[in-house]
Amino acid sequence: MIKLGVPSKGRLMKETFDWFAECGVQLLKSGSDREYVGRVEGVNGVELVLLSAGEIPRELAAGRIHLGVTGTDLVHEKLANWADAVEPVAEMGFGFADLIIAVPACWRDVTYLHDLDAVAARFRAEHGFRLRIATKYHRLVRQFLTAQGVADYQLVDSQGATEGAVKNETAEAIADITTTGATIAANHLRILEDGLVLKSEATLWKSRNAGGDCGPLIRKIGTQ
Amino acid sequence: MSQLRAETARLLAVFEATGAVRVEADILQPAAVLLDLYGEDIRARAYVTSDPLRGEQMLRPDFTVPVVQRHMAVSAEPARYTYAGPVFRYQDSATGRAAQSEQVGYEVFDRSAPAGIEAEVFGLFHRILAPLGLTASTGDVGLLRAAIDGLTTSGARKAALRRHIWRPLRFQSLLTRFSQPVAQKVLGAGGQHIGLRTAQDVHERLAQLQDEATAPPIPAAEIEALTDLLAIRGKLPDALKLLQALTRRLPSIGPAVAHMAVRIKALDTAGVDVAQIGFEVAYGLTAMEYYDGFVFGFYAAKVGWPAIASGGRYDALTRVLGQGRAVPAVGGIIRPEYSLRAATGSAL
Repeated sequence: MIKLGVPSKGRLMKETFDWFAECGVQLLKSGSDREYVGRVEGVNGVELVLLSAGEIPRELAAGRIHLGVTGTDLVHEKLANWADAVEPVAEMGFGFADLIIAVPACWRDVTYLHDLDAVAARFRAEHGFRLRIATKYHRLVRQFLTAQGVADYQLVDSQGATEGAVKNETAEAIADITTTGATIAANHLRILEDGLVLKSEATLWKSRNAGGDCGPLIRKIGTQ
Repeated sequence: MSQLRAETARLLAVFEATGAVRVEADILQPAAVLLDLYGEDIRARAYVTSDPLRGEQMLRPDFTVPVVQRHMAVSAEPARYTYAGPVFRYQDSATGRAAQSEQVGYEVFDRSAPAGIEAEVFGLFHRILAPLGLTASTGDVGLLRAAIDGLTTSGARKAALRRHIWRPLRFQSLLTRFSQPVAQKVLGAGGQHIGLRTAQDVHERLAQLQDEATAPPIPAAEIEALTDLLAIRGKLPDALKLLQALTRRLPSIGPAVAHMAVRIKALDTAGVDVAQIGFEVAYGLTAMEYYDGFVFGFYAAKVGWPAIASGGRYDALTRVLGQGRAVPAVGGIIRPEYSLRAATGSAL
């Protein structure tokens, strides 16, 4: 039995169901709408596993599911050496999100990372601690800022409502995903010109650690 | 395992024979000091954990910081310390390196002639490792710092370059930017004031950017000389000759080059064959940020091995940890797991 991991709620689940339906594979939630049990029609030998999108990378890497749908951002963030653990099968054309770095719009002098770096040095000298960047994407943001040579910052964890962190004075800048930028702007923030860390999209991944024959399902998807 | 214990004991005994005091350090260190010192990069290298009472703690990523803290709190100079034990390095990607490894170290806090102390420490490591046939590399961060100090440019630009000595990419991009006329900066649109950074600070930096806009580029001849400086490499006597020649174009490195000449003489006196020791101006610039002068490493010609020993001068670190007090400090570590493997050719 091939296990297919799919986000268990919201728009991501609905769009995933629609995408598979267009390939002639019906993903169905059985029982009540609140029950996380489902089945697959249109291809044999595939079992539906409904999971939080954030847990799908881990389950793929552990080989407990054979295929899974989740964002590029989550795979790159949660799996060190992700390319050894999973391989992309299809980019699905929805769930687009950019992981970006944003600063308060009132920082008129800060439009590029090199400005952020310069301001971080000033901030640390004045306040005695490193400029705080709120995010839940610690690895991606740290790798990005290290590669870009930004110093004198620290990451602080924010698992939700990250755009509010500056107003709440728990951070001086943020790194978060955005689709339209509307929430960023509404919270008096502005994205840096060169502050794009990663472009993300809902993607179907195949585990390199699960074995099993995913051929029938992958062929079905390929013949749409 | 017993071989490793014997090797560790042997190295400790050599260091103790110089009069060094054996010291211990807790494996669990408060994270705040290390994070403030090394910045966010240390999180990609150190195991961070926390408990509800003490907050964030770190599995000791090195001994230097606790040994310096201990010295700054209680002791007077001169002082020599030695220590041994495991350090822990978090593996953010598959490097093949062990997460836990042994170090035996030696640290000297001494206000007497700096070149002599550097030669003493390097000479000691050189003598210990001589039977292993390793390659020794050295450098001196002081040369680059002196070159930056001598540039014809503003204090703010020199400070920016000094701050990024250890991030070669950012350093190069700053140098490129400062070597051209300043491009017109398009400011951000502005908005409601939020956050801890003050409106005054924004104001001050905008004024600074305005000053910057009229700043003349760093002269091309100086950029070229700095680039030539960073490219210098060779055996110690040859590198010294190149540096002495470059002093005509970069007069500010004169004292640092003279210091290097004294150190080479002291090494020679200590019995080191200086013609066999490599020197690179850019050596050590991507490694740990706290070295700010002479730096060294000993390497085996084995793929994937770390330096078998490394060390250097870290005066600035003592200033940061000493709360105003600073001590000239030189030290280094040997990785006994690797010195043992190099000696016996055996697996662990």
